[in-house]
Amino acid sequence: MLAVQIKAKEEILPLISSKRLFIFECLGCRDVHYPVEEAQELIGSLDEEIVGKATLDYLCHRDYSREYIKAYAPEIDEAQVILVFSCGVGAQVLSSLLEDRKVYTGCDTLYLSGFQGLTAKEYNCGQCGECYLNYTGGLCPVALCSKNLLNGPCGGSQNGKCEVDPDMPCVWQQIYDRLARLGQLETMERLGAPKRWNASPLQ
Amino acid sequence: MKSKSNLERVLEAGHFAVTGELGPPASADAEVIRKKARILKGHVDAFNITDGQTAVVRMASWAAAVMGKQEGMDPIVQMTCRDRNRIALQMDVLGIAALGINNMLCLTGDHQKFGNHPAARGVYDLDSIQLLKMVRDMRDEKKFQCGDDIAVEPRLFIGAAENPFADPFEFRVPRLAKKVEAGADFIQTQIIYNVDKFAEWMKGVRDRGLHERVKILAGVAPIKSMGAARYMKTRVPGMDVPDSVLERLQGAPTKEQVSRQGINLCVDIIKQVREIEGVAGIHLMAIEWEEVVPEIVEAAGLLPRPVLPE
Repeated sequence: MLAVQIKAKEEILPLISSKRLFIFECLGCRDVHYPVEEAQELIGSLDEEIVGKATLDYLCHRDYSREYIKAYAPEIDEAQVILVFSCGVGAQVLSSLLEDRKVYTGCDTLYLSGFQGLTAKEYNCGQCGECYLNYTGGLCPVALCSKNLLNGPCGGSQNGKCEVDPDMPCVWQQIYDRLARLGQLETMERLGAPKRWNASPLQ
Repeated sequence: MKSKSNLERVLEAGHFAVTGELGPPASADAEVIRKKARILKGHVDAFNITDGQTAVVRMASWAAAVMGKQEGMDPIVQMTCRDRNRIALQMDVLGIAALGINNMLCLTGDHQKFGNHPAARGVYDLDSIQLLKMVRDMRDEKKFQCGDDIAVEPRLFIGAAENPFADPFEFRVPRLAKKVEAGADFIQTQIIYNVDKFAEWMKGVRDRGLHERVKILAGVAPIKSMGAARYMKTRVPGMDVPDSVLERLQGAPTKEQVSRQGINLCVDIIKQVREIEGVAGIHLMAIEWEEVVPEIVEAAGLLPRPVLPE
């Protein structure tokens, strides 16, 4: 779904440097806005070993993504990092299906008024520009935290719930649990800088 | 010294500090502020002025702080990210410093859902940690968040809050470390009723040496009634009120004696936290019950407050 732009190489490199990569590329919304050539250029410029690459449609669709993962299981197993070129929904679906794997996105998702894509309801992507999923275990704090904190959890997180709504999970507790599982708790101590809300060239 | 803050002087001189809290009125009544400020004067080293706490519209924190300043006190302006984006926050930081206010507490803010305008749109452009770093960079680097230079920097003593009782508990010390890294000079904690858990958190703080990099003021508050105690136990997120606290209050036969027990309990907790290594002072929150502050501070053996020249 949706419109994306490719992240700067310097932003992605620290996450993937010297790692074996498996690359997912989603073309489901290429007609909306997917810079195919820029993506190819970035992928082609990487020195990292690419053990496999799958160019597919609609990673945002959970059932499709589950099948894709099955089809590419041997290559995915061999990889140390899964690098995804898709919108924030696709990246969140893949990281939720690959809970024990480091899944990073190579894209920022841009705001597109009125267009909500295939399955945006299930996985919240606020299409907010500069994407933080690479530092939050693939769970979006902008869309899922009541105060869209980038340095959570706040003092109102209790028993896994958000103080604002007892039926709502605290996404920062989930982020903490996911990063603990991935052995990446040090990422929780990274100072999340003020977000660039203006990252969209489409506005 | 980073500022002309009385609180900073008291802490730097090694005194056990006392801060209080003053809630501005939900009206344009200046007299309320002056009355409350006079009660606190001489009993605290500085006092917080809340910034629309629980998201209820009240007089602006900075405006009430100016009145507190006129009463000869050292106000701490609370600044939340709920109602202001980074542009408005920086404008307020400059104005507050220019008005001669010396302290700012950087908060994300109570969610608008809890207040009297639940339909309001929350801003949350920054969070408390980003706000801390922005104010620190304005003071120490003389830079706005965008990188532009500031000719005259805001010389503020910068504080933050931390809740040792929220989840996940294991992340509460690392989160404090983030606030120290971002620029906090002092910390005021959530109200403490579970002293054992607070002591465990402080041990983690000392293990990382954080108590040597930031002044930690332990949050305390007297409980006025059984209703208030039960409300805090069950309804206030991030509060840890052990059953033993309720039992102690329940033992009192009349409402007045419950309040009396609440005050005694507060004094006991102050004495206990004072014994914990790394605690540099207390933050006494007696919101809408300011008149008991002098009595509590005296009973805790914290009078007279030091008078230090600028």
